[in-house]
Amino acid sequence: MAEKTYNITCIVCPLSCEMRLMVKDGKIESIKGNRCRRGIDYARQEFYNPQRVLTTTVKLKGDRLPLLPVRTNKPIPRRMLKECVKYLSKIEVKAPVKLGEVIVSNILNSGANVISTKEVGSIGVYRKT
Amino acid sequence: MREIKADVAIIGAGPAGLAAALSAEREGAGEVLVLDRGEELGGILPQCIHNGFGLHRFKEDLTGPEYAQRFIDEVKTKRKIDVKLKTIVLEINQNKEVLATNSEEGIFKIRANSLVLAMGCREKTREMLHIPGSRPAGIFTAGLAQQWVNLEGYLPGREVVILGSGDVGLIMARRLTLEGAEVKAVVEIMPYPGGLTRNVVQCLQDFDIPLLLEHTVTFIHGKDRLEAVSVAKVNSKKEPIPGTEKIIPCDTLLLSVGLIPENELSSLAGIEIDPSTGGPVVDERMQTSVEGIFACGNVVQINDLVDYVSQQGEVAGKNAALYALGKLEQPKRVINLKKGRNIRSLVPQIISAQGKVSFFIRVKNPEQKVKLVLGKSIFQQKNPIVKPNQMITWEVPFEDLRLNDDVKELEVSIRKL
Amino acid sequence: MKRTDIFDVIIIGAGVVGACIARFLSRYKLNIALVEKEAEVGFGTSKANSGVIHAGFHDRPGTLKANLCVTGNSMFDKLCEELNVPFKRCGALVVALENKELKILEKLKAQGEKNKVPGLKIIRDDDLFQIEPNLTRRVKAALYSPTVGVVSPYELTMALAENAKQNGVRILLDTEVKNVTFQDNGAKVVETQKGVLFTKYLVNAAGLFADEIARMTGDNGFTIVPRKGEEYILDKKRKELVKHVIFPIPQRQTKGVLIIPTVDGNIMIGPTSQVIDDKFDLNTTGKGLQMILEKVRKIVPAINDRDIIASFAGLRASSEGGDFIIQPSAKIRGFINIAGIDSPGLTAAPAIAMMVAEILKGEGLKLVQKDSCQPSYRWIKFRELSPEQKEELIKKDKRYGNVVCRCENVTEGEIVDAIKRGARTLDGIKFRTRAGMGRCQGGFCTPRIMRIMMNELNIPLEKITKRGRGSNILWGKTK
Repeated sequence: MAEKTYNITCIVCPLSCEMRLMVKDGKIESIKGNRCRRGIDYARQEFYNPQRVLTTTVKLKGDRLPLLPVRTNKPIPRRMLKECVKYLSKIEVKAPVKLGEVIVSNILNSGANVISTKEVGSIGVYRKT
Repeated sequence: MREIKADVAIIGAGPAGLAAALSAEREGAGEVLVLDRGEELGGILPQCIHNGFGLHRFKEDLTGPEYAQRFIDEVKTKRKIDVKLKTIVLEINQNKEVLATNSEEGIFKIRANSLVLAMGCREKTREMLHIPGSRPAGIFTAGLAQQWVNLEGYLPGREVVILGSGDVGLIMARRLTLEGAEVKAVVEIMPYPGGLTRNVVQCLQDFDIPLLLEHTVTFIHGKDRLEAVSVAKVNSKKEPIPGTEKIIPCDTLLLSVGLIPENELSSLAGIEIDPSTGGPVVDERMQTSVEGIFACGNVVQINDLVDYVSQQGEVAGKNAALYALGKLEQPKRVINLKKGRNIRSLVPQIISAQGKVSFFIRVKNPEQKVKLVLGKSIFQQKNPIVKPNQMITWEVPFEDLRLNDDVKELEVSIRKL
Repeated sequence: MKRTDIFDVIIIGAGVVGACIARFLSRYKLNIALVEKEAEVGFGTSKANSGVIHAGFHDRPGTLKANLCVTGNSMFDKLCEELNVPFKRCGALVVALENKELKILEKLKAQGEKNKVPGLKIIRDDDLFQIEPNLTRRVKAALYSPTVGVVSPYELTMALAENAKQNGVRILLDTEVKNVTFQDNGAKVVETQKGVLFTKYLVNAAGLFADEIARMTGDNGFTIVPRKGEEYILDKKRKELVKHVIFPIPQRQTKGVLIIPTVDGNIMIGPTSQVIDDKFDLNTTGKGLQMILEKVRKIVPAINDRDIIASFAGLRASSEGGDFIIQPSAKIRGFINIAGIDSPGLTAAPAIAMMVAEILKGEGLKLVQKDSCQPSYRWIKFRELSPEQKEELIKKDKRYGNVVCRCENVTEGEIVDAIKRGARTLDGIKFRTRAGMGRCQGGFCTPRIMRIMMNELNIPLEKITKRGRGSNILWGKTK
């Protein structure tokens, strides 16, 4: 197969180096445009296995608000994002919920848990007298 | 009318206000009262369900609610900090008196020894941009759309165009896409994106959402509900280039075109406002032009990292407590800071040149390989790249600088290396 | 809608004129219906009116415009007092920037005096700059007219309709007249998309569509020419810019681009005047804004486009002939046309109502006065109360302690009141309470207002509209 060029913008530091990857047969042959070592590591990860933390909401019952904000506790493969959101749209959680509580364990076999990012009491709103 | 006394009264229970409350309590304030118009603590953070918060402060990658929870949990343990939610401040004055109202208590007055303003900011609207066309339903500021999607659970529309590539707009591009809407384009008038590169990659590139740089929305179409927007390329003067217009059918337009510090209360109280920030003129203790009134967070200057907001909150809270306890020393000298080359805004604007000062700076134009310069190179620091959308913090050790006593003014500027 | 309902009078069009007629007639023992195609009253041209109550020196003597403007103007204090609608006689200045314009000022003064407009006088120099300090010093002189005032046109229209309703007028909203036919006994058959109404007398106050209504009856006597006007509203912090309504030297067809200190405390600049052929084109334009800014800056140079917080456009329903058309149809007895009510239509409205009652009487309608009428309910405006009054109010109903619109200080109690008054859309609430009209243009208050509407009206959030049919705010739930 012929050589192809892929462009990847580094996000590790504010310099945002624009890197050019020469790829042949699905393998990186060379990386140009980075100004430090971290860029190379990032480019490799982004090309071979881009990972993202998923942040979204799930339905919540028993609280003032109808939604609970959640996240994956570690990054998951980028291609799984939409599928996970679809899976989570069917989940409903009941208050109270602890911060960090596992809502879905090992979601779609990604190795990551979906956890609550908010502490929700059964009464709801924090209020002191 | 009911009157409440407080040592420190704080307006706003977002990241700035909560940090100020904890810091004031730590410093020994007797009664700290925090007021917020929202229904929960955290200010804007509860709707910012994405991650990227706390990288500097906690060395962790947190979501908005998680970042807020750190402060909320701590506030809950402090008996001296009282919170009133769903409360709107109607008026403040130079005597540190606050007139406020809520449904439970009605109208009441707070007599505080010091005030901390932490009201945050609001979003620029379509009208401020003078976008011609009709007035259909379907036009939202990005933050309002975020509230609908993340807090209320409603999708504003299904075919979206986003004007402005600031972080809020980029984040919403991803959020709407994940919730099933189609984001047709993000339109940006400048030749570079307004938000962090990380967000351009993870919110637009990840989802193949086109980013139209050097473009703007020139017309809004639709009678009852938005039907389309006209988009055109702009020249170097930001004017639409005739002949480049194209129509993008859509039912929703999100505006992420700028944030404005919310200083209506500050202006009414006669606090001096810096036109370049839109917020109060403050010294390094975050005190405004009115003694005993302090300010922190987005109400002073629009920040891009919540970590800086909390940092400012801590300074404001600490000094507000000291003032309330009668322990805040008058500054021995006052130096006005001038904005030099490529500086758009600078906080604090006044310093007393004792100890370390953390500056929060925004530049006008992007530049690479520059240095930040204080005075005529009294103090410098190299910087590989400066961008308008990335606030610079710069710590200057004034105590080590041995400035002459007669220095009344210093310039901060960006210079080429 | 019951098929057996036979009204004495049906008024088509609930703009300020239709609503004013309805309220005027509601003092008589009559069965009246006010029919409106939009979701709420005033949602046609009236809500876009500039709100100026003119003195009457712009109109040619002997015209209906001149007579009804002067009469209407004199009725405004009492009318607004009865309706609890703010009205301010701030006065006006017609400003001459060049010496050759001075004789136009004299002409206007003479014309006004012929129309019996009181208090007109030419002022110049220090006298002028004392009362209006931000005028450019290039001003040579100005015609001062003390009887010019400002009112909120949508507040007025809604108050008129609500008081009419209190006094028995049936208001049929979202009801569009599709056809008008006649029975042998003289009754008019008004076909709407919601059913058929029968009436003895029919009043056509349909504004932009008055010609189309007339044509349904076979009357092709007039054509409405839509004339668009754009307006721009400045932030309240600029409210000191002018104290009087500032007019330029008038043009042929129009009074020109004005600087208006609205009764709500904003400065408004505009309108443009552009004849168009689309009765639905309410677009603001870049050119319109440019033109307005150019013209007003000539008079008050301190006006800055950075202070603009809102804008809108309205369509004047002008007649080809230029004067009001208020007359019984030549073809059909008991059918009154009111058309071409562009400026000074708002000012003339109360006088038009009186005139229409007389015409109806002339056509045979018996006007028997009721023993008493319900006065207009005095709705609460939280922001206008003193702290002590606010406190009392909140004690009675704690919803008045919950401020929902931060920019304009509007409380939950007032939103609920607006819904009681008949608001069914976000704009309906906005126009009754000002919630959403401030700097942030609804950024904070909209979700809160919508939740209150959901609870009070028992409708799901996604069914709530900005101004009726098709203008839903939200698409639906995310999950």
